[in-house]
Amino acid sequence: MDTIKLKIDNREIEVPKGTTVLNAAKKLGISIPTLCHFEFKGMDIHNKPGGCRLCVVEVEGRRNLAPACVTECMPDMVVRTNSMRVINARRTVLELMLSDHPNDCLQCSKSGKCELQALAIRFGIRSNPFVGPDHEQSSYQIEVSPSIIRDMNKCVMCRRCEMMCNEMQTVGALSAIERGFPAVVSTAFNQHLDHSPCTFCGQCVAVCPVGALTEVDNTAKVIRAITDESKTVVVQVAPAVRVALGEEFGMKPGSIVTGKLTAALKALGFDYVFDTDWSADLTIMEEGTELLGRLSKHLKGEEVKLPILTSCCPAWVNFFEHQFPDMKELPSTAKSPQQMFGAMAKTYFADKIGVKREDMICVSVMPCLAKKYECGREEFKVNGNPDVDFSITTRELAALIKQANIDFRELPEEQFDSPLGESTGAAVIFGTTGGVIEAAVRTAYEVYTKKPCPKIDFEELRGLEGIRSATIDFDGLPINIGIAHGLKNARKLLEDIKAGKCNFHAIEIMACPGGCIDGGGQPLHHGNGDIIKARWEAIYQADKDMPIRKSHENPSIQTLYKEFLGEPCGHKSHELLHTHYFDRQTTVEVDLNN
Amino acid sequence: MDKIIIKMKKEVSDKIIEICDRFNNQPGELINVLHQTQDYLGYLPAEAQELIAERLHIPTAKVYGVVSFYSFFTMVPKGKYPISVCMGTACYVRGAEKILDAFTNELKIPVGETDKDGIFSLTSLRCVGACGLAPVALVDGKVFGRLAPANVKDIIKEYREKED
Amino acid sequence: MASYKYHILLCGGTGCTASESPKIKENFQQILAEKNLSEDVQVVTTGCFGFCEKGPIVKILPDNTFYTQVKPEDCREIVDEHIVKGRKVIRLLYENPENKEHISDSKHMGFYKKQMRIALRNCGFIDPENIDEYIARDGYKALASVLEQNDPAATIDIIKKSGLRGRGGAGFPTGLKWELCAKNSADQKYMICNADEGDPGAFMDRSILEGDPHSIIEAMAIGGFCIGATIGLVYIRAEYPLAIHRLQVAIDQAREYGLLGNNIFGTDFSFDIILRYGAGAFVCGEETALIHSMEGQRGEPTFKPPFPAVSGYMKKPSNVNNVETFANIPVIINKGWEWFSSIGTEKSKGTKVFALAGQINNVGLIEVPMGITLREVIYEIGGGIKGGKKFKAVQTGGPSGGCLTEKFLDTPIDYDNLVAAGSMMGSGGMIVMDETSCMVSVAKFYLDFTVEESCGKCTPCRVGNKRLSEILDRITKGNGTMEDLALLKNLSKVIKDTALCGLGQTSPNPVLSTIDNFWDEYVAHVTEKKCPAGQCKALKQYVINAEACKGCTACARNCPVGAIKGTVKMPHEINQELCIKCGTCIEKCKFNAISII
Repeated sequence: MDTIKLKIDNREIEVPKGTTVLNAAKKLGISIPTLCHFEFKGMDIHNKPGGCRLCVVEVEGRRNLAPACVTECMPDMVVRTNSMRVINARRTVLELMLSDHPNDCLQCSKSGKCELQALAIRFGIRSNPFVGPDHEQSSYQIEVSPSIIRDMNKCVMCRRCEMMCNEMQTVGALSAIERGFPAVVSTAFNQHLDHSPCTFCGQCVAVCPVGALTEVDNTAKVIRAITDESKTVVVQVAPAVRVALGEEFGMKPGSIVTGKLTAALKALGFDYVFDTDWSADLTIMEEGTELLGRLSKHLKGEEVKLPILTSCCPAWVNFFEHQFPDMKELPSTAKSPQQMFGAMAKTYFADKIGVKREDMICVSVMPCLAKKYECGREEFKVNGNPDVDFSITTRELAALIKQANIDFRELPEEQFDSPLGESTGAAVIFGTTGGVIEAAVRTAYEVYTKKPCPKIDFEELRGLEGIRSATIDFDGLPINIGIAHGLKNARKLLEDIKAGKCNFHAIEIMACPGGCIDGGGQPLHHGNGDIIKARWEAIYQADKDMPIRKSHENPSIQTLYKEFLGEPCGHKSHELLHTHYFDRQTTVEVDLNN
Repeated sequence: MDKIIIKMKKEVSDKIIEICDRFNNQPGELINVLHQTQDYLGYLPAEAQELIAERLHIPTAKVYGVVSFYSFFTMVPKGKYPISVCMGTACYVRGAEKILDAFTNELKIPVGETDKDGIFSLTSLRCVGACGLAPVALVDGKVFGRLAPANVKDIIKEYREKED
Repeated sequence: MASYKYHILLCGGTGCTASESPKIKENFQQILAEKNLSEDVQVVTTGCFGFCEKGPIVKILPDNTFYTQVKPEDCREIVDEHIVKGRKVIRLLYENPENKEHISDSKHMGFYKKQMRIALRNCGFIDPENIDEYIARDGYKALASVLEQNDPAATIDIIKKSGLRGRGGAGFPTGLKWELCAKNSADQKYMICNADEGDPGAFMDRSILEGDPHSIIEAMAIGGFCIGATIGLVYIRAEYPLAIHRLQVAIDQAREYGLLGNNIFGTDFSFDIILRYGAGAFVCGEETALIHSMEGQRGEPTFKPPFPAVSGYMKKPSNVNNVETFANIPVIINKGWEWFSSIGTEKSKGTKVFALAGQINNVGLIEVPMGITLREVIYEIGGGIKGGKKFKAVQTGGPSGGCLTEKFLDTPIDYDNLVAAGSMMGSGGMIVMDETSCMVSVAKFYLDFTVEESCGKCTPCRVGNKRLSEILDRITKGNGTMEDLALLKNLSKVIKDTALCGLGQTSPNPVLSTIDNFWDEYVAHVTEKKCPAGQCKALKQYVINAEACKGCTACARNCPVGAIKGTVKMPHEINQELCIKCGTCIEKCKFNAISII
């Protein structure tokens, strides 16, 4: 490989051709400040507008300063990253950025995690010459949607959200609008997110360096529910939460904190601490049965909708409802694990403990923002009472634990309550890309072939590449499986299906890159791909640690069918565990009255 | 996330579809499509942008991002007699600001808006290239050169009389 | 043009069109028809003659008589006297302001004497909508010889040796730019013409496109051949309807003549041109922004490298040149690089077109050899300052340029000297200001322009220019402090140092150059709360001296906002709340009763 020698701050370094000054400096332990720059290694996500200008450096022989994030190293380049000229320029640029940013850090939900705030601290900003009555500040309306709060007065035009929404997710809800001083990233006509193709995947929130995009905060609702003596409060925790929550308490990424998490929820005062993994096992029973049903019809030569697409990811559901409504017959009708849990908690479990539906509050802890939207969907309510009352994110749970004076790291481990807390390894891997389909294969294989599965770990279904495929031999019957994560990749597969270029029997899709481990509600990774990798490994470790690793072997699920549901995809299941989808595409129609 | 159905007059939607087709519905032709749509409608209402987005397979947010970027595109219908005061440098140093002030005073609307009757709209523009006649204003496409603030009243009067 | 006895050339530029030149043409044709002279006299609409101050202009050939400020009702007299009787209409001839003598031939006018027309060679001489007239003046000869020689490298070498530099602003050597693009191989390349002239007060490119569109087509084809492009794109301002029309007509004619299309001149070379419209964004003059705009996106610049020569339009190698740069190409090929490089200064060859405007007697479009001084341009060509007022500054380079004072008047104009003086060549706007211009306000005028035109992508330009403008506004309102002046200087330097594209990097130039050259004026605004030029509205009041006022009501009648009240024959009074400080009352008062305090 060609290498280049250059000097940064009087130190020589040799780097491969194409290395940016920013990365070369990093190798020397010189950390040049950045803001708009965002590189998510291992996920093929890059945002390099070179727009914030906080990373400027002095390059000998160059008239003006160069942005280190996009300037490539050249032979014999002489770079200064900390001359007075550079420091003055960066400081001024930072002051400019802060002069058009509300000074309300104390109330901002990003406080302490905000990259702009961190820069202000790093530069020791104490006053700002560009703030005052003569100096205008942007004035956009703050907007609250079911999942996301947008405060464009805080937008610093880093364009990360725009890149995520358009390039990674191909959703196209966001774009830079206007120009010059009023320019921000917003929706078409600045309208409400509800009126846009937004899927509420929350990837914009996950990458926003400031408080411009944040989640709707439901922690106050949780506290109110717990303190309400008349209510029985049931909580469920999604699989991906247990491999990420520890980060909020300074634990190493990839720490599995299931036991502490359970203890913390009990300490918070929830009446029943349950596990979404339980309903993930239930999902496999329903979805797996649906798959086998469609498959056997297909094998008999009947006309049937194939491939079957998974439906556990609410952002993905929103995506196809909006972008591919003509294909809404393909996804499994099985509800997501969050909603299956809610439906069972407020029927099966409520009956068991003799609590009326109205007196039960079901809270979910999710790595996800779309789940907030999902639990509010009308079809998931009974007489206006939702199966899941509200959803909080991993980050919100951490905030609750901190508020309640709980020393998370020192908590003794506890167990989930029974029966909705019993689960298998198959359910844990729902938290990452490929996991749902692997869990389905473990069960479907045995149900279909009526033989024990020769293996449990389907390595061929694992990985972090955007689109993957594998053929699994169901004892002589080859089953073609596709996997996509990141909606850009989902779109590719959907277009292939449309074009008839696709011979998959089943496809698993998750909206977020990496799956739920990198959901919009997880602790902020600030572009560090190693964190995602660690969570990913932890998910599979947690699977291995489980005594039972196949959903159909979950004894409490078996009991549920025996006592309550009957059989998978049976009458009661259809009523409680299955749903239908809507066409939500914005369309322009001819007005016949005119 | 709601299903949104936008209603549009048939002749308008037919025309916009025809414009998009003329450019083979190519996303790269967005600006040309917007130009021709604005030529036709006089402005670019949200519905028109939605339809163009649908035809060209571009997110509506991106279409709006383009419309709101370029000063030539407008989402506000122009008045019957659009008035543009040249604020190019040549006109500026010969007192264009005073001409603009006189128009805002006379019409009682700020720059960029249309009066409530839809008769006049007022904008400033960069350069009509009639620098020899500076300061210059365009009223309904007609150039008025070598203006003084005192002329403004008469110009408005002339057009108001046309209306009565 | 041989069969006619007389040709009446009529300026069809935007300025003259606005002053009824179409009506003049119609009148001429009608009168000539009446008198059965249509066979003998041809009326031709040409491109801009340049002398816009005196428009509409009518030129009669073969005797080169140059009539100025012609009105539609003058046509009959011109036909009766000049055409029929052979006598010049003296009252319509240009009057030498020095000795009041009438000059008939434009060659002898101060405005034209020092000019040298290369880029504008055909403007005002030919009918731009008639390809034959272009061909008659050596049109498409350069393309033919380039294709015949069939050696792109040799042609690029000629352009390199000629020393031609980009006329769009930064002055990058054109030949080198072509060479860089030619080097990159690709299945498709693009030759792009930037005709999105955006400088407020500049209309060089438009005049060339309106007056001589074929020269651009020919040059683009030559350039396309050199770099290996078969498609040319012209990015043109939508606000230039006449230029668009003329260019489209010219493209159609060139196609008809086989000068565009497949196998031009029977060679293997094919080339065609497509028009793309700008939509009002100054930043699209920056080549990467221009390319994004042509692709149907927001016109935001991107970091270079990659340069367009590597990855441009549709990610293919592309070359962007400005209209005026192209206009020079055919002449260089026809007359040789030696000829071209003999004109101008050491590092700036050839000529430059300027749009001369502002407080100057002869507003218009001029083309002068590099190396001419500002004094020659302003006083000899421009005829000096209007109304006998005192010269204060000349602004070159548009919003990216600076204001130069008296001490630079004898500096030879070229790329490097203007930069050294704190301004730049830019695309060629040249605005002359007299003592009544407040330099703080002028700086603010340009900053407001930049604020409006900033794309918003980078922080220093998006927020920094806004802050500069707000600080300047504070100063013009008498609320500035000396700290503000220091703040202005530092912020200007940081913006220059850190902005992403050429627009941002040059946007503080008007501030820095006025601070450098007019420091005292800034200080007067800050410490004395006075605007020495008397322009800053907040710092002045118009008052009527009750003793001098005769109550004639002239001021009240002419006040555009009705701010003056008073009864006849009684002293009048100005309502300061309503007064917009336009100065009309002072002009109208015959008794010197109104003054500014």
